[in-house]
Order: sequence, then C-alpha cells, then structure tokens
Amino acid sequence: MAYLPDMEMLNDSAIMEEVIARMNAYDYHRYSADDVRSTLHKDNCTPRDFSALLSPAAMPFLEEIACKARAETRKHFGNSIYLFTPLYLANFCENSCVYCGFSRRQKIRRAQLNAEEMEKEMQAIAYEGLEEILLLTGESRKMSDLQYIGEACAIARRYFKMVGLEVYPVNTQDYAYLRACGADYVTVFQETYNSTTYETLHPDGRKRVFPYRMNAQERALRGGMRGVAFGALLGLDDFRKDAFATGMHAWLLQRKYPQAEISFSCPRLRPLVNDSNSDLPILNGKTNNFIPQEAELLQVILAYRLLMPFAGITVSTRERAGFRDHVTGIAANKVSAGVRTGVGGHQESREDIGDGQFEIADSRSVHEVCSTMKERGLQPVMNDYVYV
Amino acid sequence: MITLNGRAVDDANGLSLAELLARENYVISIIAVACNQEVVPRAKYNCTQLADGDVIDVVRMVAGG
Amino acid sequence: MSSNDSLILGGRAFSSRFILGSGKYSVDLIRSAIECAGAQIITLAVRRANTNTTENILTHIPEGITLLPNTSGARNAEEAVRIARLARELGCGDFVKIEVIRDTKYLLPDNAETVKATEILAREGFIVMPYMYPDLNTARDLANAGAAAIMPLGAPIGSNKGLCTRDFIQILIDEIDLPIIVDAGIGRPSQACEAMEMGVAAIMANTAIATARDIPAMASAFKKAIEAGRIAYLSGLGRVLDKGADASSPLTGFLSN
Repeated sequence: MAYLPDMEMLNDSAIMEEVIARMNAYDYHRYSADDVRSTLHKDNCTPRDFSALLSPAAMPFLEEIACKARAETRKHFGNSIYLFTPLYLANFCENSCVYCGFSRRQKIRRAQLNAEEMEKEMQAIAYEGLEEILLLTGESRKMSDLQYIGEACAIARRYFKMVGLEVYPVNTQDYAYLRACGADYVTVFQETYNSTTYETLHPDGRKRVFPYRMNAQERALRGGMRGVAFGALLGLDDFRKDAFATGMHAWLLQRKYPQAEISFSCPRLRPLVNDSNSDLPILNGKTNNFIPQEAELLQVILAYRLLMPFAGITVSTRERAGFRDHVTGIAANKVSAGVRTGVGGHQESREDIGDGQFEIADSRSVHEVCSTMKERGLQPVMNDYVYV
Repeated sequence: MITLNGRAVDDANGLSLAELLARENYVISIIAVACNQEVVPRAKYNCTQLADGDVIDVVRMVAGG
Repeated sequence: MSSNDSLILGGRAFSSRFILGSGKYSVDLIRSAIECAGAQIITLAVRRANTNTTENILTHIPEGITLLPNTSGARNAEEAVRIARLARELGCGDFVKIEVIRDTKYLLPDNAETVKATEILAREGFIVMPYMYPDLNTARDLANAGAAAIMPLGAPIGSNKGLCTRDFIQILIDEIDLPIIVDAGIGRPSQACEAMEMGVAAIMANTAIATARDIPAMASAFKKAIEAGRIAYLSGLGRVLDKGADASSPLTGFLSN
C-alpha cells in the first residue's frame, strides 16, 4: 500500500494518524446506559458522547436519541430538505473492489458520456427542477481523466448552482483545477477505516493506497473546495468502528478547517446489479454479520447528527423509500431523487448506456419525492447558496 | 533637550543613560528604561549616550492589572 | 483534588487555578490576599517611575509566585509590545497578559490589536495570555498566533456582573484547545464556581476581592469556590431534566427487521 510516485503526501498533517488512533482505542462495549443517558441531557456532543451514542448500549434509547436529533436538525435547518441527484458520467474503472458493481472484474456494459451526451443528461435533470448535481465516475485516469472531469464541471455549472464530485482522489492542485472548473465540493468514501480489511477488499488499482484516499478530503479543502463529504460503506467491517472513524475524521477536519462545509453519507452494503459475485460472503447478509440492521443504520445517522448538528446528512437510494422518508424527517437533511446509477439514463427514454453501480431501492422521481415531503411537513429546497 | 517621563531635562546632552539615572536618584534594580521607544537593557545603560531630542521613559512595577 | 490536575501555562504547571489581581487595594494586603487565595500567579502593572522611589512592590509578593505583568495602558499593539518588553526588562519573567483597551468608558479590549501584539510577543518567546472579548474567530487567531491561553471577559472590567458572556465562553471551551481563563467581571465566588463548572481552566479576579470588606477572607472564599467548581466539572455534572419525551407517536416505529 505504498504511495505511488505521483500521489501527493501530506507530511504536515496528523489527521489520519489521529483518526486511526481514536478508532483503535474505541471499545464500544465499555459504554453503559448511564453514559448514553448523560449524553442525552447535555447540550453539546463531545467525541466521548459520540462514542456512547454509537455503542450497543444506545440501542434501547433510539427513540429518545431520535427526538434529540430531530430537535437539532430543526434548530439548524428548520424543515428544509435539500435535493440533488447523482449523474454517472462514466463507469470505466481500473480498480477491482470486491464489493462494487464497477469493479474491472465485473462484466458490465462500460460507457462514458461525451460532452454532448452529458449536456443532454444535465438538461433533462435540470428540467426536473433540480439545482444541485453530483457527478460520478469510476477510477480511470485513462478514460475519465482530469480534463474530462473538469469539462463536466464546467458544463454542469451552466445548468446547476451546486456541483459536487464523487470521483477518484487527486492531488491538491488537481482539486484546485476542478474548483476553478466549477466544482463546489468533493465526496470520498473511505469504505472502511480498518486498513487491514481495506487491503483485502481492494486487491489492485490505485484505490488500494489507503492513506492517499484518506487524505483526499484535506487535499480537497486545501485546493479550495467549499465542502467535503465522508462515509464508510457500512458492513465491510465493524460498522460501529467505521462509523466512529467517519465521525472523527469529519470532526477533526472541521476543527482544522472551520470554514469547511461538512457532509455525511451512510451507505450500507446492498445487493449488486450483476450477481456474479453474490456468493462472496461479504455481500451475503447471512454470513456477514457486520452489515447493520435498519435500526443500527438509524443509530449511526442519529449519532452523526448529534456530533455535528450543522453537517449535511444524506441517505442513499440503496435504502427503501419508507426508511428514507422517515429518516429525512428526523436527521437526514439531504436526499437524492430521480436517481439512476447507470451511466446516463435521465433523458426521457430512461435508457442508460452503461450498467449501474448498485441496485436502487427507491427510484422515485423528483416530483414524487417533493410531494411526499410536503405531505410530511417538510420543505424541499433546491438550492440556498448564492455566488456573488 | 532630553525628555524624561514627559518632562524636559536640561544639561543632559552628552551624559550616558547611567549618569542621568544616577543624577535623578533612580534605583536601578527596580526600574526599566526605554529610549525613543526602544527598551534599553540594563547592561547597556553605561554605554548609551544621550542625544538632543531623546525621549526617555523610566518605569517600574506597581500593583494593578 | 488529584495532583495530576495541573493548570499548564507556557509549559509550566500550576496547582492553583486562581489568578489574583493586585490592583485597587492596599499593597500591604497583597501578601495575605495571595496566601488566602492560594494563588500562584499575580498580575502587576507597569507605570512611570518617579525619582527617589525606593518602594518596590515585589517586596510584598512571596517568593516563588509567578508574576504576570499586564500591558494595561496600551491603546494599540505597538504600545502593548513595548510595555511587555519593559516588563521583561524589569525582571518579571516571560509571562505577559495582553490588555489593549482604547475605549475608556467600558474598558472593552480591542481584539484585533490584541491578536497583533500576541503574534509579535509570542515570536519573542513570551508566554502570552491575551485578554479579549469572547469571539471564536479572534480566539482561533490568537491560538494560531501562539497564545498560551485565552482570557475572555465575563463582563466589563470592575462591573462584578458575572458571566454575561457565558454562552460565548462555552463556545471557546468547546472549540479551542487552549486553557480558557475567565478574566474581568467576576463579582462573587459563586460566579467563579459556575465558570469552573463549565470547564474554564482558571479564574482571574481583582475587583471582587479588592472591594470586599475583608480582603483576605474574600480571597479565601474565591479559592474554595474555584476548587469546588473544578471538582464538580471533573466529576461530571448530573443531568438536568428539562424536556419531556412525547410518548404519543414514536419516531422510530417505521424500522423494519
């Protein structure tokens, strides 16, 4: 897992070491019901409180924790819920991540949108009323190089007010370039913060280099990005430890870069599109008991909300509509709608040209999501940021 | 003409700082001196020659703060 | 109280969390005030010396007490820096409390000038303790400039009004990794105790003691209050019931499997 020659090292940053040290020291069996109760009655949430909230001892208190989380969400966001959608620009990938539908070992239709196709997709999405977009690619510097991504940002900027990127990690100056092209924020999921497990899940490709991936958010902030998003793929390893590490990673970076806009995602391992790998134990809910149940996923989301009350929290379309709807009223304040995880697929024909990354459990349109929200007393917001 | 703590002092040109302080009966061990707003270390009192227009501030610790 | 719970300032450990001011009362009471307060740090000011003065305040201060000269009188960073250097020359050591005030009505500190002075003096090896109006951005700037602690005011100097800026002091405690020392405005031992319960690292008080009828006794009351507050903070304050839970419709009823 050594750095490759062109990978930038952040020698003056101790964030990674600190996150790993805290995660290793986190023994969630040490927390009791009393610890959880005392966090519920405080106004602020320290890392120690976060530890208690993620522990098994907190499970019986889910209802109370949910009440407190809802109050915090209301305090910071009122009843506003931000909408966006992802657009997969390409699914070419040089990595072979064991759990992912885009792995180069998966036989799927590979495709990449050219500028014209991209623009048509974006027009279709913008037509639905969305003002924020998240652009994704697989990891292929050959097929989806920096210039390609930059061009996508520039086109997106013409149709959307907020442009997010979920692409392979790059160096600080590359993030600066992408920022200049029009990107606002960067999402990088660490997948798992357990570097040993990480190694077995990423047998080859650049993604294998654990520390380079982990420092991506800090490089993005140094490159001028407004915000960064964090997430572990819950179920790859001990989800409590991974959620804890995710929280600490975000919390420490927020303290170091107070102006950064922080967000969380909470993806949970779910079935693949192409089931040629479904006999892998890790993807099987019966053999992998790291995969959190719905209640445990909720616990993670609530803990993130209390740790950082002003952060964005998204629930993915991997989860069923009922789960997303309820969690959106309690702690999540950002939802995707009209989602396609294939390449393209937003135009009227609904045909994508490349296969998707994961199965979507909630495929509701923007209009449907907005209606449901309003019925539940929530206010869909397309964008509330103005560039001056 | 030299200014010492805001008042004019005559016949001080050419004196060293040490000589001026002695003449004014200052107890060196409990004061500090700034000449033209620069602190003068005690060791340099003897070799600091005063010139016309110099502004001297002599201070000490007092109760307060 | 455990001997491990020291206040660390500029690499030095102090067992007392009470910084005493020396102003506004008779110098001959300073010694007994320090002793009754159990204080290990005392503030002093720098003023013009009249000729013939042999009186030396240091004779009223017991051996081993750390002197904390104060740049009071400075109206800008440049003046504060000059006073700090003069204080060092007077043999006060490396500690300095930066106080830059250019508003003589309320005596509120000038945060921007305080940051400038901190930068310069920290570079010159001073252990800088800046007195400031509690503002998180300024506190961050001070921490980055090399301050050894942050000293937010509780209320205007001499007002004895207590923790008017309580919520903003709490923010500093939560967000800044330096000792937060409340300075100015503390009028009663109970207010000092409250600040310590919040997690403040130490208290600086002057007027409350100086204007008491019995100065050594008040100093000792403050000492006890500060110790009590600290112990309470360390032992974990109990819960306060304020919000009832609404049992009617559970938020988590939607969970499946």
